[in-house]
Formats: sequence, structure tokens, C-alpha cells
Amino acid sequence: MGQVIAFWILAVAALGAAIGVVASRNVFRTAVLLLGCFLAIAGVYILLKADFLAAVQILIYVGAIGILIVLAIMMTHEITHGSKSNRFVLPALPIVAASLGGIIYAALNTKWQIYGQASKLPLDTASTATIANRIFGENGFVLPLEIIPILLVTTVISAIVLVKVKKK
Amino acid sequence: MTIGLSHYLILSAALFCVGLYGALVKHNAVVILMCVEIMMNAANVAAVAFSQFITPTAFTGQVLVVFTMAVAAAEVAVGLAIVLTIYRNYKSIDVEKIDLMKW
Repeated sequence: MGQVIAFWILAVAALGAAIGVVASRNVFRTAVLLLGCFLAIAGVYILLKADFLAAVQILIYVGAIGILIVLAIMMTHEITHGSKSNRFVLPALPIVAASLGGIIYAALNTKWQIYGQASKLPLDTASTATIANRIFGENGFVLPLEIIPILLVTTVISAIVLVKVKKK
Repeated sequence: MTIGLSHYLILSAALFCVGLYGALVKHNAVVILMCVEIMMNAANVAAVAFSQFITPTAFTGQVLVVFTMAVAAAEVAVGLAIVLTIYRNYKSIDVEKIDLMKW
């Protein structure tokens, strides 16, 4: 029962914050609402018993990405202009509604092969150790894990090159 | 009433569509990036939900989300660097004013 209440609170918080991000005209308020949305999603991960992902979500999304976005807002001086909408406000609605309907229809009408007894899911397994074993163990994901640092180094170098002021 | 897979999928679909709408209608490039982040988070929620309800012993969905989060962090860093460069050249990050390649 507690799980049901927690799910609805977190779902309403995440959706409300996301709608606030789209609806708010103040750019800074948008960033704060986005952080709220990320926090609510971290709560959803905890409900799904993915505690490691919840911690990583708070560290990376709320911590790193949130700070980066606030910094970018400060640097671009766009607060004075606000977050306006363009002329696609009405034409975009049917597109979004159609995709929402399509996704929900597909999600509800597919016969998912639920593992074991649905009421007992998600299972109680310690996720950090299991994820580590899954990545580094037999038939693991060591090659993707090795590609991630290459990607991150490329990212850092390209970001520095892009933002560097060229001397005239 | 128990919370099943379909609840999480509908939450994920709704979050994705809110992000999609924002990405379509916003002027400010930073706000568009934020909406893309919301869409990515929605996809992550769906991946974790599938992982926990369909293959709760395999954990592949959670491993996938670990990798998508790393890619998302990289994407935001490069995206914001591009936005800052555009701001420096155009004195604006309004996507309607960035029309150099518009025919």
C-alpha cells in the first residue's frame, strides 16, 4: 500500500515538474523545476529497487548536469528574455498527443512476459554488487565500459576546444 | 491495487511526451537541452522498469542505464559548450535567430 502511495506521489511530482519546465517562462525557475523532476525520478528508481541507479541519478543528473545547466543559464544572459514558446505551440500538440497515445497503446497491448509473480516484483537484490558482477563478470560489458572513458575524454577535449577564446 | 509494469511505462511515456513538446516549442537552446534530458530520463525509467519486471535476475537493463547516464553527461557537456559558442558569436541562443544554414 505504501508503495502505491509513494508511486503516485513521485509520478505526480515528476510529471508536474516536467510540465513546469515546459510551461514556466522564467529560465532559472525552469532549471530548478528540472532538478525537482530528476529528484522525483531518483525516487522512482528507489521504488523499482534500483538503489545504485538512484544514487547515480542524484550524483550525475542533480549534481553535475544541474550545476552545468544553471551555469550555462548564468553565462548566456538569457534570463532577461525568458523562455518563450514559438509558433508551433498549437501544431505541436496533436503530434505529441498522437505519440503519447501510440506509446501507451503499444505499452498496454503488448503481452509482456512478466517474470514470476507480478505482485512480488521488483525482487529484493542488492543492486550495486550485482551490476558490478554483470559488467565485469563472464559475458560482461567490459568493452563498452572501456569505450566510455574514451568518449568522456573526447567530450572534455571537444568542450575545451569549443569554448576556448582564440587569440587574435 | 499493485503498481505494475504498465504504470511505470505510462509514467515514462508521459514524461517523454512532455519533453518532446518542450523540445518542439521552445525558443531558448538551453531549455531545449533540458527537455532532451527529460526525454532521456523517461527512456531510462522505461529501461529500469523493463529490467525489474521482465528480467529481474539478468540486470542488463540497469547496466544499460549506467551507460546511458555516462553518455547523457557527455552530451550535456558538449551541448552546453556549443550553446556557449553560439552565444558568443550571435549574442543570442534563440534557435530562431541561428539561421546561417537556413535556405
